[in-house]
Amino acid sequence: MNTSRTDVLVIGAGPAGLAAARAARARGASVTMLDSSDQLGGQFWRHLPPERPSANERMLHHGWVKFRELSETVLSDDGCRVIRGAQVWAIEPDSTSAGAAHLAVHVVVGEPDGTGRRRLVLTPDAIVLATGAHDRTLPFPGWDLPGVFTGGAAQALAKGERLAVGQRVVVSGAGPFLLPVAASLANTGSDVVGVYEANRVPALVRGWLPKPWELAGAAGKGTELAGYLAGHLRHRIPYRLGRAVVAAHGTDRVEAVTIAAVTPDWAPIPGTKQRIEVDAVCVSHGFTPRLELAIAAGCELTAERFVQVDDSQHTNVHGVFAAGEITGIGGVDLALAEGQIAGHAAAGGLAADTEVRSAVRRRRTFRGFARRIEAAHGIRDGWPAMLTDDTIVCRCEEVSYGTLCRATDATGSRSLRALKLSTRAGLGICQGRICGRTIEALLADRVGDAGLTDGVSTDRRPIAAPIRLGELADPAHPDPASQHPVPLKGPK
Amino acid sequence: MASSVLIVGAGIIGAACARALAMAGFDVTVVDRGTVAGGTSSACEGNLLVSDKGPGHELVLAQYATSLWKQTVSDLTEQLGDAFPSVEYDPKGGLVVATTGSGAQALLDFAASQRGAGVDARVIEPDEARRLEPDLGPLAEAAVHYPEDAQVQPAIATEALIASARRFGARVLENTPVLGPVHDSSGVLIGIGSPAGHIRAERILIAAGPWSGEVARMLGAPLPVRPRRGELLVTTRMRHRIFHKVYDADYVGAVGSDDSALQTSSVVESTASGTVLIGSSRQQVGFDSRMRVDALSGIAAKAIRLFPFLADAAVMRSYGGFRPFMPDHLPVIGEDPRMPGLWHATGHEGAGIGLSLATAELIRDLMLGADPAIDAAPFSVGRASLASHLSAAAGDAVASNAAPRDAVA
Amino acid sequence: MTSRILPFQNDPIKPTAPAPVTITVDGVPATGAMGQSLAGVILASGTLRFRRTSVHGAPRGVFCGIGVCYDCLVEVNGQRDVRACQRRARDGDAVVTQHDELPAAPAGDAA
Repeated sequence: MNTSRTDVLVIGAGPAGLAAARAARARGASVTMLDSSDQLGGQFWRHLPPERPSANERMLHHGWVKFRELSETVLSDDGCRVIRGAQVWAIEPDSTSAGAAHLAVHVVVGEPDGTGRRRLVLTPDAIVLATGAHDRTLPFPGWDLPGVFTGGAAQALAKGERLAVGQRVVVSGAGPFLLPVAASLANTGSDVVGVYEANRVPALVRGWLPKPWELAGAAGKGTELAGYLAGHLRHRIPYRLGRAVVAAHGTDRVEAVTIAAVTPDWAPIPGTKQRIEVDAVCVSHGFTPRLELAIAAGCELTAERFVQVDDSQHTNVHGVFAAGEITGIGGVDLALAEGQIAGHAAAGGLAADTEVRSAVRRRRTFRGFARRIEAAHGIRDGWPAMLTDDTIVCRCEEVSYGTLCRATDATGSRSLRALKLSTRAGLGICQGRICGRTIEALLADRVGDAGLTDGVSTDRRPIAAPIRLGELADPAHPDPASQHPVPLKGPK
Repeated sequence: MASSVLIVGAGIIGAACARALAMAGFDVTVVDRGTVAGGTSSACEGNLLVSDKGPGHELVLAQYATSLWKQTVSDLTEQLGDAFPSVEYDPKGGLVVATTGSGAQALLDFAASQRGAGVDARVIEPDEARRLEPDLGPLAEAAVHYPEDAQVQPAIATEALIASARRFGARVLENTPVLGPVHDSSGVLIGIGSPAGHIRAERILIAAGPWSGEVARMLGAPLPVRPRRGELLVTTRMRHRIFHKVYDADYVGAVGSDDSALQTSSVVESTASGTVLIGSSRQQVGFDSRMRVDALSGIAAKAIRLFPFLADAAVMRSYGGFRPFMPDHLPVIGEDPRMPGLWHATGHEGAGIGLSLATAELIRDLMLGADPAIDAAPFSVGRASLASHLSAAAGDAVASNAAPRDAVA
Repeated sequence: MTSRILPFQNDPIKPTAPAPVTITVDGVPATGAMGQSLAGVILASGTLRFRRTSVHGAPRGVFCGIGVCYDCLVEVNGQRDVRACQRRARDGDAVVTQHDELPAAPAGDAA
């Protein structure tokens, strides 16, 4: 057993990862932080590149001061090694590894989707997974047209490049994220024609009202949302409840959308359709956690399919911690609190320690907030009524809803794996990241009461990111900075 | 009343047997502890090969299978209709390439022996090989073209055979594990116990692939079937650049090997969806299904030796499965002389997809008491090459205290 | 109309004037701001369609913008399958739109 400092590996440099890195350093661990991007901050603090300095960039961000403070702390700290452009593509159990976590983390370092990137294998004592989440977007007719974007795309291009995805834009879907998306579009020069939230007032009230006192502690969150709402008023953006974009129209690109009123269950209501000319649509129905690395590490998931953690953010796997959106969609404040606790615990601390007392308190507050957001804005069961026979559900393999249904009926299969192989749904290059949960829901619905019975999940991706065959064939390099050098392992 | 058969396993072997038996008038029930094509049959390449088999009984079985596939696919298509997903049958032919001088001589000798056994094995010049496969690398020392090699999408083929079997009256019970044997008062096997109760049948056929050893032991007739792990890589879609099933000549050695250590050899081919499938490793690691990066690296390096352009191709997925490995490298097909009423159709290692149809015909003919199209004796449980392994397996079963236990009546 | 960069003079965050970066898309020059992604430069040049799909030949472009959906794949300087939203544009980058046709159905495929 090594008697030197603990080697903590933090995967993901968003709010949770940054907080984890700083907390682990504060407890004396040696920290390596990886991110696939060349910037810190993750999706939440996606910002302009150094080539485009701007005096008032903080206007675009919630918690910008916090971000600057965290990133400057980790970047100026010799004990925290930050490797950017680092794509983790596999994690494998390695009982022979010197690192106490007994996991080998396989990384390629270089430009995104490059060739000949450097392969690196890390064998840390502890890992903090802070891999975040991405938009969950439900399919609807025309959602595959150019000009239909996720809310995350609109945000990233606005905050990271000052690019407005369209001139005349509608924002649709569900959840508080629609508000910052609309705000970003507006402050980047788009005319936001409307924001359409599928849930109705009763659902929102049910979600928000049961425990209003929890909101008191979430003051920062309230301020964040209040800021977006004020921004909406300033830009006079209509915010409509119980409505949704149910189709996008166009040949080579989106030219118009159909908006309809939807039931509390999200099924379009006949006779309420309204066509609006637009040149872009931004859609987001919530978030999907990025679970492939947690699953590869052997982490158990909750019934809601987030990473299961204890009070110390420790997963069921020895030495593996998780923080941020992969443990539950909760926003930046919860991610910061969880990250701090995870980093502290990964470096050998306890959740009961005074250093993290405030973080534990904030975690409790913001978890309550997250539960209520989900209750108010969560996806309802009636959405498949938007689909037509030829609506594409798997974008990569261009599998339509009708094809999915016919293959299910023809084979009589109740196996997700077999149905994926029969239809190719979820087998394309995104590996089900966009359609996985949708395919699971549609197939489960189609096969009837017994549901899918093979226990397979679309979240499992042992190859967590594409790697070039030539890179895979190259021997991996042991981490030169590790306290636990690993022997070279190459092809036989 | 039709004679009843209970088939344990809804992979391709069980599916093909179910169809053949149901078509012949048997009363067929298939049970699987999971779902149709839930194991090896959805975790393999879908090879229908003669190229990797030297003269001998397995080759005879493979040649018989080859003669059955085209007509069966045509029958299935007609029977199941357009709504059924295509089984992607593609008689694209195989090209085996030796990339070393010593490998070249071994390959040429092997091909000559195959030709003597009736295999269409055409030795071609490296230039001719590059005409068949323009992106083949410069290392090709010798090449043999096998026009009889073909390919199916194995999971869909299994689903199609099961769907067809159902149309001929077979029942399929998924999520129904075998819990133990059911015997009559004189100790004769008359069924199995399951969570749904006893399922009785005059004959019980174990077609559980790599799990057959476990089932056979539970039913009281231990069989030395062991799992051997194989892993594969799938690239992203690309322009169609690989036109045959292309192997390096090492493949032949790896399949026949007893070595439990990791071995890799290259098998490269395009799929109907435009991806390239790259196999495969063989490693005896029990039922441990974890991905192994060193195995994948080995596969990648060998594939690039065959097709250098693949170095820049992106791998988006890997998958692996367990092959039912037999110590004497032959499947077991037929009734178990140790236990009347118990039958086996298992142990096909990496060739089960291709051999499934021929295996099913043998089982059907043997159950009907008819003369099979090929000699079934070499595949019998009682064959000499299996005797010592059978007694060892029986010893293991006793040692692991897993003696057969009657399900509670 | 289409996607466009907010002119820096109008931007409330008061950026400095960006330096230009020029790439080619199927041989046609496109200029954006240094530090932008290839996706951003291509979008701002008025192109929403990045590729055609293999099965239906349908147009596709940027969808998720954060590297998850792989819909914005392009070939860059001979490297295929590069997510345009993840790669920063460098002067002289030659972007070629990708279209990968499916293999022809085999003659023997009766199914």
